[in-house]
Amino acid sequence: MNMTETRETTAQPPETEKEVLLDIQNLKTYYPIKGGFLKRTIGNVKAVDDINIQIKKGETLGLVGESGCGKSTTGRTILRLLTPTEGKILFDGKDITNIKGNELRKARQDFQMVFQDPYASLNPTQSVGDIVSEPIRNYRKVSKKSLKPEILELLRRVGLPPEAYDKYAHEFSGGQRQRIGIARALALKPKLIVADEPVSALDVSVQSQVLNLLKELQGEFDLTFLFIAHDLSVVKHMSDRIGVMYLGNMVEVATNKSLYAEPLHPYTQALISAIPETDPKKRKERIVLQGDVPSPANPPSGCPFHTRCPMAKAECAEIKPALKEVKPGHHVACILY
Amino acid sequence: MLKYTIRRIIGMIPMLLLISLVVFLLAKAMPGDSLSGEIDPNNTDPQYIEEMRERLGYNDPIPVQYFRWVSGFLQGDFGTSTRYKVPVADLVLERLPNTIFLGVTSLVITYILAFAMGIYAGRKPYTVGDNLIGGLNYLGLAIPSFIAAVFAIYFFSFNLGWIPYSGSVDPTLQPGTFDYWLSRIHHVLMPAIVLGALATASYTQFLRNDIIENSRKDFVRTARAKGTPTSKIYNVHIMRNSIIPLVTFLGFDIATLISGAIITETIFTYPGIGQLFLDSVTNRDYPTLMVITMMLSALTLVGNLIADILYGVVDPRIRLD
Repeated sequence: MNMTETRETTAQPPETEKEVLLDIQNLKTYYPIKGGFLKRTIGNVKAVDDINIQIKKGETLGLVGESGCGKSTTGRTILRLLTPTEGKILFDGKDITNIKGNELRKARQDFQMVFQDPYASLNPTQSVGDIVSEPIRNYRKVSKKSLKPEILELLRRVGLPPEAYDKYAHEFSGGQRQRIGIARALALKPKLIVADEPVSALDVSVQSQVLNLLKELQGEFDLTFLFIAHDLSVVKHMSDRIGVMYLGNMVEVATNKSLYAEPLHPYTQALISAIPETDPKKRKERIVLQGDVPSPANPPSGCPFHTRCPMAKAECAEIKPALKEVKPGHHVACILY
Repeated sequence: MLKYTIRRIIGMIPMLLLISLVVFLLAKAMPGDSLSGEIDPNNTDPQYIEEMRERLGYNDPIPVQYFRWVSGFLQGDFGTSTRYKVPVADLVLERLPNTIFLGVTSLVITYILAFAMGIYAGRKPYTVGDNLIGGLNYLGLAIPSFIAAVFAIYFFSFNLGWIPYSGSVDPTLQPGTFDYWLSRIHHVLMPAIVLGALATASYTQFLRNDIIENSRKDFVRTARAKGTPTSKIYNVHIMRNSIIPLVTFLGFDIATLISGAIITETIFTYPGIGQLFLDSVTNRDYPTLMVITMMLSALTLVGNLIADILYGVVDPRIRLD
């Protein structure tokens, strides 16, 4: 705990002295690559490679990055749907890194997830009432019938009619299905919700409805969000703080305002320059990155971004920069700072 | 659902009429007729044959013969077996219980084995146990039932003497007694296993693959995230979805209950419909042959209807209306 405290004081700006809900220390999640005749592990895909981050109670941490950078793996590891290769996950002061079986199942009451694909993530053979009440029935011995008023209230809260109770997931549109998923995640009144690209499968008009719903619910249910997305405008709308990931590494963490006003890492600068401008007269310079993302199975030496960085220097290939605070509440992993 | 069922049953009528036409014409197209199965045409007075053919109506135009047969059928007169000289209905009804007993036993064995093996292999894929089950199943798929039957009789009946090799019951026993039923089960066991081997193998592999496929679906991850115990994930979330493709098999099984036993019944000389069917082919007992064929066709239709209705029960995405 000592280490956490010291990091907390250095890492957080003084005005937000809130309690830390989730503390991730040196988290690594590798997927083994099996090969050869005996299917031995011949390498690892370093999906999440040494990440440190904290989420405070009541805040929304946005996680951005391009496809395959490890955002979803981070989210799933935090929920212990995956087991981390190394590192520590402290949830509400409790170490959940290696708990298993029933203990893990019990711990799950406090952290729930909203999944990306509202079509595949709901069991097609269960009614909405079953889907939403199952989390509660997993932890308390109560009949489905006695839970009905509670479930109807949840459905009403996420904007679904009471008739939804007996219907099946396929009878709803994408946005409505995502509302079912949100009601399901809320059923246990969790402390933390990991939303893994909750709106990327929805069309734009529905996206804003679902996002606003999540924001309303955050205040009402006193929720903390880890919000994973690849759409920067969505993250900007939702988050208090934002973490930018590249190739399994966290390259920059800053408050919402600070990140968009003054991105420090060259990768973040390139990302933000790619946001389309709503005013056609305002022209801005776009930073176009060259080359492809390197394979996470064989990441480059030194700074993971140096192969594509427009500002790379010779030493970038050797030194892997650590995340350090260059301005209050603004952390960046780059040797330029 | 009721409306759907009634509509489907009405839809079966033209289907059955067409089937009856095909069955009748196929029977007519076969060489010879019932008479030539009864007598030796080479040693009989041609005059007598001609006379008999005329009397039995075999010289009437085909449509007349067809309508005579169909109208008899509709009035519940299924004709008389030319071989056994008794109404076909009696003949079939006498054999039917044996065949159903064999079929149901085989189906029960199939389901128990397939579900036990399929669930185990699906939950623990790519382990030694899974590979053993897989190997066993491919053996079951690869060995034809007539080979398996002959081997089973050779080893278990002749060499080991565990199981009787023919008949359906010990004829010395009094019907209705406990020993009588025990003897029936004793007689039916081996044909049932041989009959069910193929189905067991395909059921098991289907179930295993479906469980593996479903266990990787997103909704299973959802269930895990909401804290559902592993056993409940498998027994409720995955099973409910994995049963759906098996329902297709059930439709065929109902007809197989009666028909699939032709080879097995003959090898084990088990007095059922299958054996009767084969006998009626060799004896040119066309009335019997046609009734059995019609019965199998009707059962296939009914089986498919039951499967379709069950789809609606098992899978809420399928609406029957």
